[in-house]
Amino acid sequence: MARTIYLDNNATTQIAPEVKQIMLPFFDELWGNPSSMHFFGGQVAKHVEDARARVAALIGADPSEILFTSCGTESNNTALYGAAEALGTEYPIITTRVEHPAVLEPCRHFKEHGYRQIELPVDGNGNLNLDSLRKALAAGPAIVSSMWANNETGVIFPIPEIAELVKEAGGVMHTDAVQAVGKLPIDVRTIPVDMLSISGHKLHAPKGIGALYIRKGTKLKPLLLGGHQEKGRRGGTENVPYIVGLGKACDLMRETMSKMEASIARRRDKLETELLKTCPDTRINGIKANRLPNTSSISFEFIEGEAILYHLSDLGIAASSGSACASGSLEPSHVIRAMGIPFTAAHGTVRFSLSRYTTDDDIDAVLAHMPGISKRLRLLSPFV
Amino acid sequence: MWDYTGKVLDHFRNPRNVGVIEHADGVGQVGSLACGDALKLMITVDADEIIVDAKFQTFGCASAIAASSALTEMIQGKSLKDAAAITNQDIADYLGGLPEQKMHCSVMGREALEAAIENYRTDGSKKRELESKVICRCFGVTEDVITKAIADTHLQTVEQVTNHTKAGGGCGGCIPEIEKLLKSLATDDVQPDTPHPQMTIVEKLKRIQETLDREVRPLLRKDGGDLELIDVVGNTVVVSFRGACARCKTADITMKEIVEAKLREFVAPEIDVKEEN
Repeated sequence: MARTIYLDNNATTQIAPEVKQIMLPFFDELWGNPSSMHFFGGQVAKHVEDARARVAALIGADPSEILFTSCGTESNNTALYGAAEALGTEYPIITTRVEHPAVLEPCRHFKEHGYRQIELPVDGNGNLNLDSLRKALAAGPAIVSSMWANNETGVIFPIPEIAELVKEAGGVMHTDAVQAVGKLPIDVRTIPVDMLSISGHKLHAPKGIGALYIRKGTKLKPLLLGGHQEKGRRGGTENVPYIVGLGKACDLMRETMSKMEASIARRRDKLETELLKTCPDTRINGIKANRLPNTSSISFEFIEGEAILYHLSDLGIAASSGSACASGSLEPSHVIRAMGIPFTAAHGTVRFSLSRYTTDDDIDAVLAHMPGISKRLRLLSPFV
Repeated sequence: MWDYTGKVLDHFRNPRNVGVIEHADGVGQVGSLACGDALKLMITVDADEIIVDAKFQTFGCASAIAASSALTEMIQGKSLKDAAAITNQDIADYLGGLPEQKMHCSVMGREALEAAIENYRTDGSKKRELESKVICRCFGVTEDVITKAIADTHLQTVEQVTNHTKAGGGCGGCIPEIEKLLKSLATDDVQPDTPHPQMTIVEKLKRIQETLDREVRPLLRKDGGDLELIDVVGNTVVVSFRGACARCKTADITMKEIVEAKLREFVAPEIDVKEEN
C-alpha cells in the first residue's frame, strides 16, 4: 500500500501529538474521580476545570458556560432537546435543509411530537436565504438551529446576522459549529448565539469528547439525568483524559489557527484550480459562497462518487463522497440535492478536506492521479 | 468501506468488455436515477443464437461496474436460451457475493440482459425500457415486486402491500405511489402490457435534462427563479421550483404547465410533471 494521503478531515482528524501526550498521565496516575472528596480525586478536578477554561478561551466564553459531552451529536441533541423541553410546543423549531443529521433528526423528532418544524432552503451556491428566516420569525419567537459551516461543502452561514435576527425575535439560537471551531475565529462575546456545539475529533482531539457552549441564563433541561456533574446539566462521571485532551487541542487551535488556515487555504485553492484545468466537466460546489479554508466539494459529471473513492483508495488517498452508493442509502446527499446540483453531477461528488497536517505532496498526489481516474471512469460511462 | 469480495474489486479495477459494439444485434439499457445507476449492454448473436460478443458501459458504483463486467463474461459463448436463464443471484454468486444493500447492482445486470435479448428477438425494433424503479426507498422495494405481489395475491390495500413486500413500512413517503399502483391495477384486470416507449431510460434522462436546460430554465431565470430536476419515475418527472418561482404561489400552476408542455413537446407526450414540496 502506498503512503496514506489523508484528505478526509471533515470526517475526523489526526490526534495532535501534544494532545495525546497531555492525556497519558490521566490513564496511568491521575485516574481519580473528580467528584471525590479526597485528595486523589480532587487533584483531577483541577485539570478538568483547567480544560474548561481552555475550551472557553477558544470561543470567548466564560468557563462556566462550557458543558462537556461525549461528542458533537450529544451536544446538538442536548441543545435541541433541552431547549424544546424547556420552552414547549409554542416555540417552532427552525433549521436548514443542509444540517447534519445530528440536528435534522432531533428536529424532525419534535415535529412528530407536536412542534412546528421549518427547514430553510439554500440556493445553488449553498447560501441560506435570510428572507426565508425573517419570514419564519415573523410569526414569533422560535428555537433556531443553524450550522456555522457545512460539513460537505464548507459553505459558511452568516451566523452573526442569523443570531441577531433570532434574538430580535425573542428566540433561542443554537449553532452546530463542529466544522467551524478551530478553523474560523469565533467569539461569543460579539455574536449572540445561545448555544454552540463543539466536537473534539474535528479539531485534533480524540473521538468521544465534545462540548456545548450554553450562554448564561439559557433555559435548558438536561438530557442525561442521574448525577450532579456539570452543575446538574449532564449526569455521568466526567471523561477526564478526553476532557484534558480537548482542552489542549483548543489551546493549540487558538494559538496557531490564523497561521495554519492560510496555508491550508492555499493548498485547497491549488487543488481546485488545477483539477478544474485537468478534469473536464468538473464543478466546485459552493464556489461562489464564503467557504471554510479546508473543504472542497467537487462534482465530476457523468461518473459516480463511490467508484472514484475506491480508485483513490487503491492509491492510498482517503477522501469522501456525498454519493448515494457510498452511504448505503439510495439517494445522493441531501446537501448536494438541496443545492439543486444536476443528478449526473450530484452522484459524482467527492469531498476533499484538508488539515494542518496536509502537505504539498499530498495535493500533488491527488492532482497526479485524479485526471486519470476521471478519464477511466468516463470511458465506462454511457452518459458521456 | 463495503465488504467487497476480491472478485468484485478485481472486476471493478479491471473491468472486462468495456465499450460499444457498433452494430449490436441486441441492446439493453436500464437504470435508476435515484440510485445513480445506468447500464448499457450490447450483444452480438450468431446464426445459432450464440452470444459471440458482449460489451457494456456503466455509470455507477464499484459493484455496479463489477456486476456489469461479470455479466459480459458470463454470457459470452452462451446460447440465448442459457443466457436468459441467468438470475441476479447467479451474477452475485459469480462475484463471490455482494453486500445486501448492493444486490440491486446484480438486478440491474439481469434486467439489462433481459432487455438486450428482447431487443434482439424483436429485430431491434423494440427498445424495451426496463427500469428497476424503486418505489419504497426505505426498504428498496421496486415497482416490479409490488405489482407482482398485488397481481399474484390480489392485494387490495396499502397495508396488505406493506405486509407482503415491506414497501411503505418505513417513512411512508411512497404510500401515494403504492395507492396509485393499486388503483391502476384494479382498473386493469389483466397485468397491463404497457406500451414501451421508444426511448431508453438513459436517452430519456438526457433529453429531459437537455429540454429543461434549453427550453425551461432560461425562462425561469429571467424572472429570478430556477428549477431542480429531482427524479424521473417512469413518465413522471419530479421537479422542484426555486428562488422567485418557489415563493410565487399563484404562478405554481402555470409554471408546472409550462414545464409539462415543453417536456411533452420535446421528450414524450406521456410525460407528467409533479412538483416536490
